[in-house]
Amino acid sequence: MTRRQRRMLFVAAASLAAIGIVVLMLQVFQQNLMYFHSPTEVVAGKTPEGARFRLGGLVKTGSVQRESGTLKVAFRLADCEHEVGVRYEGILPDLFREGQGVVVTGKLAGGGEFVADEVLAKHDENYMPPELAESLQTDTGHSCAPFKSLETL
Amino acid sequence: MIAAAGHFALALALGVALVQFCVPLWGLYRRNGACLAVADPAARALFVIIACAFVLLTVAFLRNDFSLAYVATNSNTLLPVPYRIAAVWGGHEGSLLLWMLMLAGWSAAVALRGASLPADVLATVLAVLGGVSIGFLAFILFTSNPFELLPTVASEGRDLNPLLQDPGLIIHPPMLYMGYVGFSVAFAFAITALLHGRLDAAWLRWTRPWTAAAWMFLTLGIALGSWWAYHELGWGGWWFWDPVENASFMPWLVGTALLHSLAASEKRGVLRSWTVLLAICAFALSLLGTFLVRSGVLVSVHAFATDPSRGVFILAFFSIVVGSSLLLFAWRGHRIAAPVAFAMFSREGLLLLNNVLLVVAALTVLLGTLYPLLVDAMGLAKPSVGSPWFNLTFVPIMLPLVALIGVSYLVGWKRGRLQEFRRAVAPALVAVVLGLSLPLLVPGSQSLGVYLALILGGWAITTAVAELVRWLRLSRRPSRAIVGMCLAHFGLGVFTIGVTLVSHADVERDLSMKPGDTVLMSGYDWRLLEVLPVSGPNYDAQRGTIEVSRNGDLVARLYPEKRSYRSQPNNPMTESAVDVGITRDLYVALAEPLGEGAWSVRLYYKPFIRWIWVGALLMAIGGGLAATDRRYRLGRSLARDGLGDDLAATPGALS
Repeated sequence: MTRRQRRMLFVAAASLAAIGIVVLMLQVFQQNLMYFHSPTEVVAGKTPEGARFRLGGLVKTGSVQRESGTLKVAFRLADCEHEVGVRYEGILPDLFREGQGVVVTGKLAGGGEFVADEVLAKHDENYMPPELAESLQTDTGHSCAPFKSLETL
Repeated sequence: MIAAAGHFALALALGVALVQFCVPLWGLYRRNGACLAVADPAARALFVIIACAFVLLTVAFLRNDFSLAYVATNSNTLLPVPYRIAAVWGGHEGSLLLWMLMLAGWSAAVALRGASLPADVLATVLAVLGGVSIGFLAFILFTSNPFELLPTVASEGRDLNPLLQDPGLIIHPPMLYMGYVGFSVAFAFAITALLHGRLDAAWLRWTRPWTAAAWMFLTLGIALGSWWAYHELGWGGWWFWDPVENASFMPWLVGTALLHSLAASEKRGVLRSWTVLLAICAFALSLLGTFLVRSGVLVSVHAFATDPSRGVFILAFFSIVVGSSLLLFAWRGHRIAAPVAFAMFSREGLLLLNNVLLVVAALTVLLGTLYPLLVDAMGLAKPSVGSPWFNLTFVPIMLPLVALIGVSYLVGWKRGRLQEFRRAVAPALVAVVLGLSLPLLVPGSQSLGVYLALILGGWAITTAVAELVRWLRLSRRPSRAIVGMCLAHFGLGVFTIGVTLVSHADVERDLSMKPGDTVLMSGYDWRLLEVLPVSGPNYDAQRGTIEVSRNGDLVARLYPEKRSYRSQPNNPMTESAVDVGITRDLYVALAEPLGEGAWSVRLYYKPFIRWIWVGALLMAIGGGLAATDRRYRLGRSLARDGLGDDLAATPGALS
């Protein structure tokens, strides 16, 4: 092989490898994307079946129930229109409390209940994830009223 | 008073920066030596003025001057003094002022050490730095002025976010910014090379120490951030692939590539325009990081800004700087390219491979960071990319890189010889033994991937030692650059081992415990003795006492706390407690009271996690050694005698 042929071969092999890697990466990328949905979308059945996704809303006042002696907890997550039951086992973040916004990650189980494996709460009292704040806005641009924490936005 | 003086200092600084930018460039255009000479004093003056502004803001914090909006939002009379000083950069406006102070500091350092540079080169470098300063000063003055007054003086401040009240915060941002901003010097040198259409060995020798110094600070900054997240967030994690972390990690990856391509360019005159492109990209990513973190598009403790005009300003500034640099590169880049052919099987070939891997790694991180933002911005959906994706793509790219390090010592410049590989047998054997035996210390870590990664980590360590020994035999005192390189590679090996073991074999248990309960986990007995109220200077807390023992012998007594800061009673904080060890950390966090005296408690067994930060620290020390190599000082005296020009025209003259 001449020097030129060798170089061509090298370039060809390198580009093939690069294309292969990119294709593989994009595939993995697609599989690992997670989407954000609101309780309304869950109730309307707009969420993908069997896939993990992120659900955001406000913890309904009076809905948090703990099983004594364990870390199991159940609560209802609501936006301005609908609510979804959430089950979780584990430690809740410092800022988790009723009436506040949280984002949970997990899957829908049977009976329209959401089983979460991760619960994230706001970083401080005045802060809310933008996507959550946005999904809680009504068409008129006002956030739904009963929740004090939204007024600061 | 402070507000007026600070405001005035910032405005004055903007004026000086304008002079530093415009006058030398005009002098360059008109070949006017007097105009060129303005750059040096302007850069020094700029530093003094910014330092004054910074001191003024610090004084405002120390004196609890709540007439300043920034002080009132980020401090409190109860805040201890060290945190009051750290609070200067605890918020958006002050952290930008710190950014600016660092930039002015680096510019002044270039001016100070630049006596040996040709006058026109020094003037251009400082002018470019002046241009960047203009952007940031305008940003501070027009959108984020820390000296803004409140309409009425506040009686009490809102306090620093409790998450940030930690020793880690005092040093993490300054280190990180030193790194970010340090790449502006390499960037300024790159733009200078393009403007002058000349890139020679002397240029490379000037650029290398600055890049190594910036890289050292960035490494330290990232490691400190990771350490802070580990013990402060209470989740026991050391890296989350959070967009904010990625924002600092991308410049690090490209900066690492730049360090290596600079070496290839200097030794063999190859990859020169590529080096310039990397220098531009490293700084562009630093700016992008600033944009991501400061514009409020991201969700994190770091995202202070909610004012959209700030985001627009940074984005515009970013586009101008990066766009014009890339245009300049497209226009003038060919002038500095040297058509030097080189073999793949040579040191420079392997350095190219190193660069490809690092840049691909940076691109995967960039994709994972920006894709969700772009999709969201187009209003299509709100996706997020989790850490599984980063782990799946990033690790396979990094492992070959770690393997490559040991090989690169064996392959000479110009052309490698296979006979040299005999030298690798002993290090390889030691690495295999190390890789196969380490999992014996850590239960639950036996898997093929773990063995492979550990052997590669061991390989990076043993080959670095072997290389250092070889240099010691060759010459009694190897240069600091060599020692630094070996130390950094050694550190990467240590880091790899730490990451592998802690990722595969850490044990986490969340459970409900009552005083008196004992749990067996990872061979240790964890016993909750009591939970009692305690008070700190500006908080009240519930403090738990947990005794960890092994086979009846007490190993550690840990005091995790649940704090409630008086200024923000609805914002409880988890203060974890850690028993630090070489081969494992024992980590306890109190989560919340469950009633009837029970608490939810989080226990962690973290094998070899200290190795991560020790490895990073070794890398940073290595970078520091390389930056202070004697050769660069020699290079200055060479340049002074006029010998520094175009040495690269005769490749090998330096090696």
